[in-house]
Amino acid sequence: MQSDTESVKKSVRTYFMVGAALFVFTAITVAVNQVHLAIPFAITVALIIATLKGSMVASVFMHLSHEKRWIYGALVLTVLFFIVLMCVPSFTTMDTIGTKEPAVGVPEHGTPGAH
Amino acid sequence: MDNVSPHGSVAHGHVHEHVHEHAHEDLGFWRKYVFSVDHKVIGIQYAVTALLFLFFGFSLMMIMRWQLAYPGRPIPLIGQWLGQDRAPMGVMLPEFYNQLGAMHGTIMVFLGVVPLAVGGFGNFVLPLQIGAPDMAFPKLNMASYWSYFVGGVVMLVSFFQRGGAAQSGWTSYPPLADIAPGQTMWLIGMVFLITSSLLGSINFIVTTVQLRAKGMSWMRLPFFVWAQFVTSFLLLLAFPPLEAAAVLQLMDRLAGTSFFLPTGLVVSGKIVPVVGHGNPLLWQHLFWFLAHPEVYVLILPAMGIIGEVIANNTRKPLWGYKALVYSVTFLGFMSFVVWAHHMFMTGMGTVMSAFFQTTTMIISIPSVVILTALLLSLWGASIRFTTPMLFALAFLPMFGIGGLTGLPLGLAPSDIPLHDTYYVIGHFHYVVAPGTLFALFAGVYYWFPKATGRKMNDLLGKIHFWGSLVTINLVFMPMFIEGLAGMNRRMYDGGQQYQHNAGVLHWNVVQGYAAWGLGLFQLFFIVNFFMSIKWGTLVDKNPWQATTLEWLAPSPPGHGNFLTEPIAYRGPYEYSVPGAPRDFSPQFEPEKA
Amino acid sequence: MNIPYTVETRPDTGLANGKLGIWLFLGSEVMLFGALFSTYIILRNGAPEWPHGELNVWLGMTNTFILIASSVTMVMAWASLKLNNWRRHRLFLILTFVLAAVFLVNKYFEYSSHFARGEGPWHSTFLAIYYTLTGLHGLHILGGMIVMSYFIGPGAKMWKTSPEQFANRIEYTGLYWHFVDLVWIFLFPVLYLL
Repeated sequence: MQSDTESVKKSVRTYFMVGAALFVFTAITVAVNQVHLAIPFAITVALIIATLKGSMVASVFMHLSHEKRWIYGALVLTVLFFIVLMCVPSFTTMDTIGTKEPAVGVPEHGTPGAH
Repeated sequence: MDNVSPHGSVAHGHVHEHVHEHAHEDLGFWRKYVFSVDHKVIGIQYAVTALLFLFFGFSLMMIMRWQLAYPGRPIPLIGQWLGQDRAPMGVMLPEFYNQLGAMHGTIMVFLGVVPLAVGGFGNFVLPLQIGAPDMAFPKLNMASYWSYFVGGVVMLVSFFQRGGAAQSGWTSYPPLADIAPGQTMWLIGMVFLITSSLLGSINFIVTTVQLRAKGMSWMRLPFFVWAQFVTSFLLLLAFPPLEAAAVLQLMDRLAGTSFFLPTGLVVSGKIVPVVGHGNPLLWQHLFWFLAHPEVYVLILPAMGIIGEVIANNTRKPLWGYKALVYSVTFLGFMSFVVWAHHMFMTGMGTVMSAFFQTTTMIISIPSVVILTALLLSLWGASIRFTTPMLFALAFLPMFGIGGLTGLPLGLAPSDIPLHDTYYVIGHFHYVVAPGTLFALFAGVYYWFPKATGRKMNDLLGKIHFWGSLVTINLVFMPMFIEGLAGMNRRMYDGGQQYQHNAGVLHWNVVQGYAAWGLGLFQLFFIVNFFMSIKWGTLVDKNPWQATTLEWLAPSPPGHGNFLTEPIAYRGPYEYSVPGAPRDFSPQFEPEKA
Repeated sequence: MNIPYTVETRPDTGLANGKLGIWLFLGSEVMLFGALFSTYIILRNGAPEWPHGELNVWLGMTNTFILIASSVTMVMAWASLKLNNWRRHRLFLILTFVLAAVFLVNKYFEYSSHFARGEGPWHSTFLAIYYTLTGLHGLHILGGMIVMSYFIGPGAKMWKTSPEQFANRIEYTGLYWHFVDLVWIFLFPVLYLL
């Protein structure tokens, strides 16, 4: 943690620069959206930019770039389970291999298994 | 590793202690006993509240047992007072049966076992075992208890609203739970309970990481502390999705959304007027994402208690301490990726089904390692058959049965005939009732002297034990027979109309009697508990001749816990060390010159 | 009785209690919002069609700018304390509070214009998840404002009695606030653009 006055003064400059960068990336996000890419590309680009912005907030504003190992450990664990929570329910709901459901496309009532 | 802050984590000599005690004396009754920030007081508050809820949840089950044994017969004694909308002429309505079922499960899990195991034992014992003066965040601790209390009150009050309490199972599956009565208060109650657990888990983790005494390295921690530590991570990371799901279900009920309601849902011949495109399976995923780690929350603290009691009453170190630590950590981690084994019957594809079957089989390994280590700890031991030890010994085969009966449920093909039958009920009750609950009883008998300075009566304890052991098996063992015959769960008349049940229905009568017996034997515990507070044999600080740090503090410990700075000089289970003067070398005693 | 490491850091972990505590809390918040994002994915996958252009992108973008600015002012509120500049700290903290309030006012206008057209959460699955996600996020903004007002008001005394502890508390508030900003950084494109 920077309790040293000099390093805090240097960080102040960084804070404002990152703030400006975040503004720019936000504008880019909206601009890219106007281009109307195909949905998979649109999602990928939007998420990449958002992740970039998020990493800047986390590493600079939240001082994560020089935090302690316990914090990193807790966060790694969280991120792992977050990924599980994002992906696995979707995979499970969409997995129809071995069932009588149609392979692709949206089932009639929008909900597999809920007849 | 010097961790004593300049202000002292402990009383610096008697002056400070005296000054501090004086300051503590100045707190009025309300700040000392009701809105206390002392982890010991909060732990006892949790424990007593939880025991009351356990008793209430037990009573709900007793009423269900009557209906299952004698379907359609008026409930004796209380039937007349239940009212027209619950039991007209004393005969239970199906809606009321469903309320009893849903609330029995909810109360036992969320208001009974977890608050006792984690809130009660965790709060009271953990800071003492690591040599800390209190939890890291005492005010937050108090907030956690009161949040639990409010949640509990909301749950109880829900019985009195129009339409009754929640009646869609403790699992609250939509679409039923989206439209059935009683659910809104259940959801609100759950939000309070989840908040309580989240705040508590933060406290436990920070306390364990930051407030360990000098010399108390990670591998010198009692197994109980490790168990609570892992449990806290489960609570921290698994509960929020259920909180989110509760919000979504509240939105469905109150704001007309259809997160969980599919298009074209028809109820009582009418189409439900919602926009649809919701997914009932979404609820199941979010619910079980919590509820599976929750069952490990139910068992891990119990295993921790058993570890302490076994080490102490075998006068030997626990076998395989490292294996226990690695297993409990691995178990906690795996518990996050097995949840859909509760959903094999939802039309899951074979790829994901195989994934969940695999992870479920893998998670049984650390479970078995822990049980085996505890069992092997008995080898070559000088066993003292104290009351806590009796419960601990019984835990081993009982948890064994519970765990083994889970295996066919974890494999999809064998789960198909067993899902939603009494086999499942038998399985999970074996793990939680003669499993966890026995461990919790062991914990009460074991730590009662530390909390009160008196021992509980041994004869009453033994009667409590043997009576409970026999009756509890009579209640739950027949469930496997019933389940294998195909008897479905949650049927308000026990499934009378199904021919396949005909041969096993009579077991309900046996279970009814056994449940009564079980209830009666708890009286020995209740009487013993209260009697001993006043009249139990006085004991000194270490009546069990135990090695862990809590036995250094006075019985009961004062505010701040330790009179002198606790230091851990060795591991937690140094019993029968060759060459030592006594058969136990406490963690807190320095090496004699 | 004093709880150790409330202010000073424990040597082997390098942490003060509150720092670990707030990060663990944020971990649980990741899982909370994660569940709602997972809900979004499942519902969108299962939907025959998904609305586009129903939300006011410019208002959303403005709110994004506002929240990013508030993150800068929040971290400056903490940095000012580290540089021993009490007046600067007050300025930045109050500014953060004001920016948060403006965000909520914008959201109020946004919600009311939808409601005026009968577009409540019941209207479509998209709006249902939109209101839930932004509503929960809004409640978190409100929570942050309440904490900030405590430190602007009665809590400010602690700077005189225990400056290091006060600075720590502002830092923890900041961590929470940056997280709230972080969630919005993802919410905005997901709900307004995609």
